[in-house]
Amino acid sequence: MSSDLGLWGIPIAMLGGMIRVSTPYMFVSLGETITEKSGRINLGLEGTLLIGAVSAYGVSYKTGSPWLGVLAAGACGIVLGMVHAWLCSRPRVSDIAVGIAMMLFGMGLSFFVGKPLIQPEAPQLPAIELASFSDIPALREALRVNPLFLLGIALAFFLHWAFASTRIGLVLRMAGESKDAARALGYSVERVRMLATMAGGFLSGIGGSFLSLYYPGIWNEGLSSGQGLIAVALVIFARWNPMYCFYASLLYGAAGSLGTALQSAGVDVSPHLLNAAPAALTLAIMIATCSRDRALVGAPRELTVGA
Amino acid sequence: MSRMWQWAAPAATLGIELGALLVATVLFAIFLAFVGAEPFAVFGDMYTGAFGSAFAAQDSLARAAPLMLTALCTALPARLGMVVIGNEGALLLGGLAAAATAMALPAGLSPSVVLPALLLAGALAGAVWIAFSGFLRERRGVNETISSLLLFYIGLAIFLYLVEGPLRDPSSLNKPSTYPVGDANMLGDVPGMDVHLGLLFGLIACVISYVLMEHTTFGFAARVTGGNLRAARVMGLPVTRLVLITCALAGGAAGLAGAVEITAIHGSANATLYAGLGFAGILVSFVARHHALAIIPVAIMMGGIEASGGILQRRHDLPDAAVDVFKGILFLVILASETYVGKAEEAVQRMAAKYAAEANAQRAAAPAPVEKKSEAST
Amino acid sequence: MTSRKTLLTCLAMLALSAIGCGKKEEAPAPTEPGTPAAPEAPAADKPLTIGFIYVGPRDDFGYNQAHSEGAKAIAALPGVKILEEEKVPETMDVQKTMESMINIEGASVLFPTSFGYWDPHILKVAEKYPNVLFFHCGGMYDAAKHPKNVGSYFGYIDEAEYLNGIVAAHATKSKKLGFIAAKPIPQVLRNINAFTLGARSVKPDITVTAVFTGDWSLPVKEADAANSLIDQGIDVLTMHVDSPKVIVQTAEKRNVYSVGYHTSQAALAPKGYLTGAQWNWSKVYEAYLKTVKDKAPIEHLVRGGLASGFVTTSAYGPAVSEEAKAAAEKVKAEMMAGKFVIFKAGIKDNKGAVMVPADMVQTDPVLESMGYLVEGVIGSTGTGT
Repeated sequence: MSSDLGLWGIPIAMLGGMIRVSTPYMFVSLGETITEKSGRINLGLEGTLLIGAVSAYGVSYKTGSPWLGVLAAGACGIVLGMVHAWLCSRPRVSDIAVGIAMMLFGMGLSFFVGKPLIQPEAPQLPAIELASFSDIPALREALRVNPLFLLGIALAFFLHWAFASTRIGLVLRMAGESKDAARALGYSVERVRMLATMAGGFLSGIGGSFLSLYYPGIWNEGLSSGQGLIAVALVIFARWNPMYCFYASLLYGAAGSLGTALQSAGVDVSPHLLNAAPAALTLAIMIATCSRDRALVGAPRELTVGA
Repeated sequence: MSRMWQWAAPAATLGIELGALLVATVLFAIFLAFVGAEPFAVFGDMYTGAFGSAFAAQDSLARAAPLMLTALCTALPARLGMVVIGNEGALLLGGLAAAATAMALPAGLSPSVVLPALLLAGALAGAVWIAFSGFLRERRGVNETISSLLLFYIGLAIFLYLVEGPLRDPSSLNKPSTYPVGDANMLGDVPGMDVHLGLLFGLIACVISYVLMEHTTFGFAARVTGGNLRAARVMGLPVTRLVLITCALAGGAAGLAGAVEITAIHGSANATLYAGLGFAGILVSFVARHHALAIIPVAIMMGGIEASGGILQRRHDLPDAAVDVFKGILFLVILASETYVGKAEEAVQRMAAKYAAEANAQRAAAPAPVEKKSEAST
Repeated sequence: MTSRKTLLTCLAMLALSAIGCGKKEEAPAPTEPGTPAAPEAPAADKPLTIGFIYVGPRDDFGYNQAHSEGAKAIAALPGVKILEEEKVPETMDVQKTMESMINIEGASVLFPTSFGYWDPHILKVAEKYPNVLFFHCGGMYDAAKHPKNVGSYFGYIDEAEYLNGIVAAHATKSKKLGFIAAKPIPQVLRNINAFTLGARSVKPDITVTAVFTGDWSLPVKEADAANSLIDQGIDVLTMHVDSPKVIVQTAEKRNVYSVGYHTSQAALAPKGYLTGAQWNWSKVYEAYLKTVKDKAPIEHLVRGGLASGFVTTSAYGPAVSEEAKAAAEKVKAEMMAGKFVIFKAGIKDNKGAVMVPADMVQTDPVLESMGYLVEGVIGSTGTGT
């Protein structure tokens, strides 16, 4: 039956948006956190995201299993991560340049491969109802979450713990803070970074699969609106802390849905200005929290990003 | 004789880059074969579409024109060690400023006053936008790559909001645009060619940038800063001023590109200005290794690749993304070849030194009298 | 060092171009602008080459697909060869694409289908090639301003939207309908208004909430809008975006009804798809083809609705009641007979002002500059009018 939520519809829609739209940001930013902690920046995740999305959609369509699609997306992400890492390991190659190149390559390849996938419908990922107790259909829908979202939360907690308390986490951070210390202990810095980049690619691919297999659940060249790039900004904004990545992603998701939620409730807003809300918010917070001397507190020292 | 060696190093580097182009072509050919297309036929048609006739050549040049300007937006700050990717935002705001200025100027002014004013306004708007990114870096330590990207999203929103809202021309109906700048105020073509004057602006801008960066004190200071920021600060170089001026110039170039698009092609500002020209400039700049003069041939090559995209669609049923795959492969291979460039330069210098040493040894061994001083090497 | 390298590179490129320009002599005949690739009736074996240009992918289940379906229809006719190019942006790119089709493939008729191609792109290229015909979808031809080798066509799809509204009104239980659109331009506003008027002719207290996403193809925003509208209790969704796929799929997932646009999306929503407003461009293209073959003078401003067959409605879905079908068919019959007026005298906008002083016929050009939303629409055109 119709529920006239009126203005209450806005926070509920934002809650739903927060959950739905944040998931790709979460996966990409968590993946990039792993990579950046090892001392390498991967700007190519936008390409990885799209390749993940198209491969997931294609595999799901061909095999009928969306979860196989997710795995395929992860696998493609690993491969792309390997390419990125190999290129960056060569002397005199800038990892920022490689990232931009991988982004362009990934985008081009995904659009190319995805051409025949625009029309067909692929089986979608299932959802879990968290709010089946509620009478309000809107609330039930907002809290109808995808398992990947829950996985993302779990991942954030896990990484937060693992970076601090496991040997792998320590080795990873050493590769990012001081190459010499890592080498002295007998670890190959290149190998650590390659594995970290592959892990980052794996997660980004999965983030992409969410877009094409759940929300919005199609393949189309307008699928990503720069999520991969913004996620890299998110990592810096979140100070390489997985929990902050999670919160930042939620913030992004909510800010992104604000415009359409307001319009649906009858509030007159320009769609264009609100589309920039997430970016403006991130920039404002970065300006407020950075300072010239403490610029990148928490930045892995080997990272080539910095003033 | 040593003159020859001075050409050897750049020739070797060029050889490697051409080799990279060849490798990229081969990889793309493999890709094409894999997806069921005819590699040789495709390349033939790409050539036809890019340089195969006067029409095609001018098509490539016309597409290259904006790229030269937008590439400078990444190339100039790169010499300072900064990575700026907000070119698209500067371009859009430049176009907006040009259109808005046309609306603000009183009617009846001569085009020789109006047109330069529009172009200048576009350049200023772009300059402010990217300089802001530089300002944030210097004052607040905000990474310029991230801030310029975020500023692009914000700039896009401002552009679309103004162009489809307060600045909209009510008679533009189904294609919301600003008021037209007026046919009299449009930028014309290069005499005798089917390409607009923006091409000349691009060429001139690249040459000026080259002179600036390689032959002035400013450029020298900028490159020193780019090489080692801490050393530059210790040496007392005015880093902040260098950053701000360079960013302003960079943004000015991209803003000018936007203004040129408005005055040479669109006639008013609207959503179709957002077509990825800024982002394409990033690629051009990286492939040209951020050297202003190298941007010219790279932009023309990119223009040619783009120009050939249509033929690939029509004759080979390849999606338009095929050229993007080629560009991606090209970019990656060129990056991978960076390693060899360094080795080649060293090898050439070693050979040149060896040759000079041998020449000296011969002269020393031969009887002295005839003063045939062959020039010392290098 | 760089300058030397650049010099070498430029020399190389000049050499390449010289070879290329030298090749001009051997290149096929039409290489200079203005050389007639005249649209004469095909000399027995030479086919008529017609070029289609799309702004997006031609299998988008929407705008571009509708045009492409029309193109396929005429490609099947004898003596016709079609060229298709997709994802051509509305910049200088499309000018070059048109010229490339003319110069390299010898096209003599072009159909650049996106609205944004009209001004300045088509107008500029048309002046350069007076012997090539250009037919544009949606433009407003003005004999005083525009070249003679140009024509524009469009369909009164608002008639189908009106019928959509009737069917939607019968299906809705909440009396709240949703319309997701890209931008508040006249073509879109006319559709929203016709839909609303049709719905309110059945139940006068129905409301239509209009949400504008800002651009023609933003799948995430469209999904967001669909979900937000459904959260607000809307149980029938329709749209005017380039690809309705996402919205129809979202509606089906959340068990609300959907009404389609551009082409039929029934396959995407087997339970919830009610009906839709579709283009039938093959009718228009065949008519133009005949004119060209007969070397007859072209009609510059072509418009038509249901009666002319330019637009149709999709087949009714399983959820449409007999009552709804009867009501829609009744009005449809009147439209076919040319007796129905959608924009009647006294229609007010959603701020209360009377916008339609007297009954307007469909062909009235004033309707093509519509700038308001009718009473019953919750939403704004964003222009402050």
